[in-house]
Amino acid sequence: MNRIDRTFGKLKTEKRKAFIPYIMAGDPSLDDTLTLVKLLEDEGADLVELGVPFSDPLADGPVIQEAASRALGRGVTLRKVISTVRMIRRSSNIPIILMTYYNPVFRYGLRRFIEDASSSGVDGLIVPDLPPDEAAELLKESRRQDISTIFLLAPTSTDKRIRLVSRASTGFIYYVSITGITGSRLRIDRHLVRMVRRIKNFSNKPVCVGFGVKKPEEAAAVANCSDGVIVGSSIVKMIKEKRGSLRKYIRDIRKAIDGLV
Amino acid sequence: MQKRGKNKKGYFGEYGGRFVPETLVPALEELETAFRGLRRNREFTREFNNLLRDYVGRPTPLYFARRLTEHLGGARIYLKREDLTHTGAHKINNALGQALLAKKMGKKRLIAETGAGQHGVATATGAALVGLQCEIYMGSEDMKRQALNVFRMELLGARVREVPIGSRTLKDAINEALRDWTTNVRTTHYVLGTVFGPHPFPTMVREFQSVIGREARRQILRAEGRLPDYLIACVGGGSNAMGLFSAFLDDDVQMIGVEAGGLGIRTGRHAARFAGGSVGVFQGCKSYLLQDRDGNVLGTHSVSAGLDYASVGPEHAFLHDSGRVQYTYAKDKEALRAFELLSKLEGIIPALESAHAVAEAVKLAPKLPRDRVIIVNLSGRGDKDVAHVARIKGIVTEI
Repeated sequence: MNRIDRTFGKLKTEKRKAFIPYIMAGDPSLDDTLTLVKLLEDEGADLVELGVPFSDPLADGPVIQEAASRALGRGVTLRKVISTVRMIRRSSNIPIILMTYYNPVFRYGLRRFIEDASSSGVDGLIVPDLPPDEAAELLKESRRQDISTIFLLAPTSTDKRIRLVSRASTGFIYYVSITGITGSRLRIDRHLVRMVRRIKNFSNKPVCVGFGVKKPEEAAAVANCSDGVIVGSSIVKMIKEKRGSLRKYIRDIRKAIDGLV
Repeated sequence: MQKRGKNKKGYFGEYGGRFVPETLVPALEELETAFRGLRRNREFTREFNNLLRDYVGRPTPLYFARRLTEHLGGARIYLKREDLTHTGAHKINNALGQALLAKKMGKKRLIAETGAGQHGVATATGAALVGLQCEIYMGSEDMKRQALNVFRMELLGARVREVPIGSRTLKDAINEALRDWTTNVRTTHYVLGTVFGPHPFPTMVREFQSVIGREARRQILRAEGRLPDYLIACVGGGSNAMGLFSAFLDDDVQMIGVEAGGLGIRTGRHAARFAGGSVGVFQGCKSYLLQDRDGNVLGTHSVSAGLDYASVGPEHAFLHDSGRVQYTYAKDKEALRAFELLSKLEGIIPALESAHAVAEAVKLAPKLPRDRVIIVNLSGRGDKDVAHVARIKGIVTEI
């Protein structure tokens, strides 16, 4: 049982929903990443998703694409992100999930990557361009190091896919709320509620929802029908444009998820 | 020897696969099923073949290039004249096949990426023919270089979407097309233009292009009474090469794929994935890739937009490793020389992409005895490149 499982265990007992903010590692700098993770934790994040910059992020919208190219421009690499996690671990126990495209991992060497990630304190992985069908080796190595493998489901997923993805996922299942890329507009409708329920028929693992969650009231609605809320693009945008408002925004999302608004 | 390397689904040896966001997996499964059903469907095959004949203008001739052969003083050179197809390049074979398939699948809209504009024009043509909406993604850099093709696509009723991000070229256009497909997957079919990307595209595109090889085989048997000794084709993604090669893989025929050597491998300004790349996973499949130490994709350079791409079809990666096909490259300079040579000697202006294959023939033919036979795939015509070449040569043009 790793930090992710313990966190969801605790949330379940407390009848609370997870808040999972996403930031791009190294945007604007890796030092800032340390400060930002601290801020997120202080303001009530349960887990943190750390994006690894990649030259061709095809599942991401413009906000995260631009953040990735800023980070790459500053020389941020997968290796450096792993070192940053090691530094975060000196003072924090918050579960950390790396979101990285597959090629940097492949290039690093899958086995060595999982070992290094694990020893530095990474708890889980999201690889958006690696469906479970292609992930046999990643699964094997991750199990060995007790790293969670979080796979995605989408509105287009068939029962067959839901079964496969739920089985391969550990930690939680990531439901992509819309057909689209990160930062698209969210639609909270019957479809979302029904789909989360459908996934839960196949698995008792937590289901968290992301892609397009921006306003606190959206976070509240999503929390209402799932086990957790992932917020990415709007945080990344705020870090770039009005960082002074970030703390309050995170606090507001937290409150909304807890049903306190 | 295992020549085709089909084993695990969607793989050629260790290359290929389906590395895409989950949202697209059901669409790729649906596409695979539809394609498998239709390729055995007699009515679809008849419709497609009729279009290839009456609309595309197939079979394209296999032309004996007498003056080029005499000039080089060695092997006999034949040109497979894909430049004579409707819209001027082999791209139409695949675009039409996929447009027809999308229509049968009940899709309302086609999207595609394009670099030089040839695949964009072919897809816009296919969309007009079968009556589907069409949007083409094109990097801003390429739009500037190929303004005429932009207008051509618009004339055909397509909307050209500018991609102003990344390197503003083909790979960014593919990223945007994949993002569009992810968003509109229920109504839209993505007409990928080459033997690349997630399964089933590499197999499906090869299938639609295999008509090139089937015709060439028949034609060379008629002309020479035997199979050729060499096949030469340029390799960007590699669809014209796979189209030609696929009919000869089990024969005693040597094959050469020619990549874009750009300004030379050592300058780093090229698109020679086999000479300068390593194995990676990019835009849906595992293959050879130009990448840095950390797995980020490198910029590429070629005088021809159609070869200016960081990765290469996975089946080519397999054929490279198995040694069945030999891969080499031609530099910009060599391609430009071949472009002019073929124009002057044969009255045929080749596409700059195809000029890379001609450049290899220019190197190879003089070293071979006169009774040897080479087929060069002349994948497209050079009209689109005339203005570009004039600019390079310092001739001012308003085109």
